[in-house]
Amino acid sequence: MIAVRDISKRFGAFEALHDVSLEVPAGSLTALLGPSGSGKSTLLRIIAGLEFPDSGSVLIAGDDATARPPQQRGIGFVFQHYAAFKHMTVHDNVAFGLRVRKRPRPEIDARVKELLGIVGLAGYADRHPSQLSGGQRQRMALARALAVEPEVLLLDEPFGALDAKVRAELRSWLRRLHDEVHVTTVLVTHDQEEAMEVADRIAVLNEGRVEQVGGPRELYERPANDFVMGFLGPVTRIGAELVRPHDLKIAPLPEPGSAEAQVTRVVHLGFEVRVELALADGGETSVQLTKSEADELELADGDIVHVRTLGGRTRISA
Amino acid sequence: MSRVGLRAVALAYLAVLLLVPVGVVFYKTFEHGLGAVFDSVTTPAAIHAFWLTIEVAVIAVPLNAAFGVITALALVRGRWRGKSLVNAIIDLPFAISPVVIGLALILVYGRNGWLGSWLSDHGIQIIFAVPGMVLATIFVSLPFVVREVAPVLREIGDEQEQAAATLGASSWQTFWRVTLPSIRWGIAYGVVLSTARAIGEFGAVSIVSGKVAGQTETLTLLVEKRYGNFDVAGAYAASALLALIALATLLAMTVINPRKEPA
Repeated sequence: MIAVRDISKRFGAFEALHDVSLEVPAGSLTALLGPSGSGKSTLLRIIAGLEFPDSGSVLIAGDDATARPPQQRGIGFVFQHYAAFKHMTVHDNVAFGLRVRKRPRPEIDARVKELLGIVGLAGYADRHPSQLSGGQRQRMALARALAVEPEVLLLDEPFGALDAKVRAELRSWLRRLHDEVHVTTVLVTHDQEEAMEVADRIAVLNEGRVEQVGGPRELYERPANDFVMGFLGPVTRIGAELVRPHDLKIAPLPEPGSAEAQVTRVVHLGFEVRVELALADGGETSVQLTKSEADELELADGDIVHVRTLGGRTRISA
Repeated sequence: MSRVGLRAVALAYLAVLLLVPVGVVFYKTFEHGLGAVFDSVTTPAAIHAFWLTIEVAVIAVPLNAAFGVITALALVRGRWRGKSLVNAIIDLPFAISPVVIGLALILVYGRNGWLGSWLSDHGIQIIFAVPGMVLATIFVSLPFVVREVAPVLREIGDEQEQAAATLGASSWQTFWRVTLPSIRWGIAYGVVLSTARAIGEFGAVSIVSGKVAGQTETLTLLVEKRYGNFDVAGAYAASALLALIALATLLAMTVINPRKEPA
């Protein structure tokens, strides 16, 4: 388990973290989610010992690690830009942590072989990092971090430098890997979809503070405030409320609680159809429908329709 | 101007200023056959000058290499006050004429210099002896390794070093296993330039050496002396020897040239 208590950190005039407390349960995969500048990477680097807090403490597996250097924290760290040792082969990269611990050669070779198998780089031991694709380099970096059997695995935007397709592959791969090795993992990301897909718990950070911590569904359905609601998914405003566009219903005739609106644009996005509406009170909103729902309504620009919120859905007052 | 024209200008410039003078030295040297040249570079004075030149370089260059790597690390990785001042001071040897450097060393270590009486009380002679020549050579060739290594350090960044730390490596292990291999070509290049400069140094060494034949006479000093004594052929022979050492140094660099890992 990792616990951070009342961490504050300033860089000159910029307050990166303000009195942040967070617990990461043992064996969980927790995402730190937030926009750039929210302090999520700084928090991760403080847990790793690559930065030191101005105040507050860090506990790793029950021990106060606040003053310890990264070498003595039992962590594995994966960087956004891989930080591969360019002059070493894949084998030597993965073996690095074991070599500096002076483990016997046969043990190192066996462990490296096993890890390269786990990350799907079995045939690549003798290559150099420059001969690998971005996704392969990041898997090598993961194997390297796992080689020393860390208490906690810290991932700083690990897929941020990869293209969308590879990123999606590695995400589900990481989730499966975590289910196999069960090491307590903290993942920093600015991508809410990535956090929701991979993590069992998400801490949403904004301007150096933790806004909310919870499971992906909990955060999506019961956001604590408009920031969390907006960061986890699309939001539209109707009347005095913020709702998700897929929680709105369009009907041709008035219904209880509905508001009159005029269709300004119908956007077909394949399975999903987005309908943009001008409300009678002067506001604008958008509704997300499935293709079949939209086909049934036969909407066209300029149509007058009636829109209302579906019962029991996420809504918070704006 | 066309590209061909530009190329011709560049080549002509190189030829007139570099290739022709160096070529003439070799031509003049071997004008009267190999035997005369061989006799001229195997006199006891010439042999001594050759080994002294090597000796001074062998002491000065490793010291500058070690200092250069440490300084480059401090300048690029460190955060401390006065860094920009030190950064400017490093280039002093490029800015100051070697003659001035030689005189400055005499003012500090000479018999009437600041440390002169202390040194002579303890029986240490620096000026008009090999230690002074080594000091002068270190001074003039000091910036090369720093200036080659610092940009490489800046370019590789510190993420690999951070990764090594998270994997449990001590600072010492990180330096030997990660940093040093990453900057080795920068060091090699700096060492080659330092060596070339150390072997070719004339002004500063000329002042602090006292030019004692067979004792404190390097190859450059020998060339000057022979030329001054109207032994033009001997001067050419010694020059050719100097040029050969320089070429060997450059050749060594080409041979050890970065085995370019496919990008």
